[in-house]
Amino acid sequence: MTRRTINVEYLARVEGEGALNATIRDGVVEQVELNIFEPPRFFEAFLRGRDFREAPDITARICGICPVAYQMSAVHAMEAACGGALPDPLHVLRRLLYCGEWIESHVLHIFMLHAPDFLGCHGVVEMAKTHGDLVRRALRMKKAGNAIVATVGGREVHPVNVRVGGFYRAPRRADLLKLRDELQWARDAAIETLNWAAGLPYPDYERDYLLVALRNPSHYPMNEGRIVSSAGLDIPYDDFENHFQEIHVPHSTALHGRTKQGRSYLVGPLARFALNHDRLSPEIVALAEKAGLTPSCRNPYKSLIARAVEVLFAFDLALEIIDGYREPDAPAIDVEPREANGRWATEAPRGLLYHRYEIGDDGLIKEARIVPPTSQNQPSIEKDVRGVIEANLDMADDVLQHRCEQTIRNYDPCISCSTHFLKLNIERLTGDEAQA
Amino acid sequence: MKGLVIGVGNADRGDDAAGPVTAEAVAAAAPQLDVMLCRGDPAELIDAFSGRRRIVIIDACASGGAPGQVQRFEAHRSPLPACFGEISTHGVDLGATIEMARALSGLPDRLIVYGIEAGSAEPGAALTPSVAEASRRLVTQILDEFSRE
Repeated sequence: MTRRTINVEYLARVEGEGALNATIRDGVVEQVELNIFEPPRFFEAFLRGRDFREAPDITARICGICPVAYQMSAVHAMEAACGGALPDPLHVLRRLLYCGEWIESHVLHIFMLHAPDFLGCHGVVEMAKTHGDLVRRALRMKKAGNAIVATVGGREVHPVNVRVGGFYRAPRRADLLKLRDELQWARDAAIETLNWAAGLPYPDYERDYLLVALRNPSHYPMNEGRIVSSAGLDIPYDDFENHFQEIHVPHSTALHGRTKQGRSYLVGPLARFALNHDRLSPEIVALAEKAGLTPSCRNPYKSLIARAVEVLFAFDLALEIIDGYREPDAPAIDVEPREANGRWATEAPRGLLYHRYEIGDDGLIKEARIVPPTSQNQPSIEKDVRGVIEANLDMADDVLQHRCEQTIRNYDPCISCSTHFLKLNIERLTGDEAQA
Repeated sequence: MKGLVIGVGNADRGDDAAGPVTAEAVAAAAPQLDVMLCRGDPAELIDAFSGRRRIVIIDACASGGAPGQVQRFEAHRSPLPACFGEISTHGVDLGATIEMARALSGLPDRLIVYGIEAGSAEPGAALTPSVAEASRRLVTQILDEFSRE
């Protein structure tokens, strides 16, 4: 009778507290559970009774890595509820701000959290010793993203310049132009990043995901679009709750996203690219293909390439916006509250982020619902880990353990933003133990 | 080049503000020093190290000691203990950032890190009394760092 247990005390390089428990009995994967034990944070409850104008600043605190995403979904939902229509220049500024966040978040994940898995390094400190030029490039690229968020959003983390109706202050054209040279450097660095990503050793694994992302008629999605899927779904963003649900499972304090039919689905860069590649420039699509990413790619490890593609896209878009920027007549429009429901979805770095608010005519929030991308991806993470274990049962425990961690990191999971470790247990049982 | 004092932490998270609060007090007491407040972004910190001979960093830490306990580390000589990662909300904590800087571009001749043991990281709260007292006492000690040769 043998019993093999693999136990990793701390999986670094993910956001939040949780554990992954996998049981293999007689060579068959019996159970895989992403067990999130971090206490619920009750943001939806905090919002009740608060003024509708406070939602972007309160929800931004959900995440230190992607506060802009929360702000964008919140302000658009409130404007949808109250009937505010923003002039184009303000929409464009919001896209520029989102570019900054995509760059910050994706560069951090690609180089500092995910790349060590592919380079055989323990972490970014070891990478700094063995791949110093790569880390220097990453820090400089991230700084270029930080500069966009600081210039448009007021500061790099938890920006303070976003409001319902627009911004508190529109950036001066001269301030944006100061960013230009560095963004041009970073744009070239993003191409080098794609070329580098092409040479990484991606494990050979694919799964038939149901991909879900926003899609809009004219550009790669960030702030608006219809919700589409790889199975042909094409619905307005405000119909989200009629097609998707969140389910409470006993082993996790975080809700699990599923379709109304109970199917798991995938949101994030790989889904966005597959469903929106025709909204990217031919140059970017060609570079993606050269790096090993095509729209039919279903290898989750290649989400790293999809992030690199989106970093290049974001630098290109930021440069285009800055070059065409004209200071708006006013930084915001007036948005008056009314009794209404507002729903919106935007594309956070990690995938679709849906908000719904019910507000009263006094402007106070009566009810709030927030569906973050990591909740939606949790069932998919579990399925991936199961599939990876099934495909690699002959791997030594420590190698399999590392492969599972790497698989989880494909998702850049943001379990929360307060701590970052995940305990991983893989238990191998024989039939005798099953009787015991 | 002037000496630099860096307060690391989130000013809105209770004792995590120990670094910024102390750095601001140093700024008020010693205008001859440069002072920087930082949320812990690695690129920002590594850039700040560039060209400086003497830097003092103050950060909250969680090493299991009593709230307000102060520890001093000579980071130019050896890596920080793990307790500086515990309270970070970022993927790359202060200890890792210093080690990245050591590998990438080298460190200042003297990089002193003061860790103030945090009691609470309650959002929106002020410093707890023992941490506030430790922060006040630390200002003189930091000024002494720059008067030594």
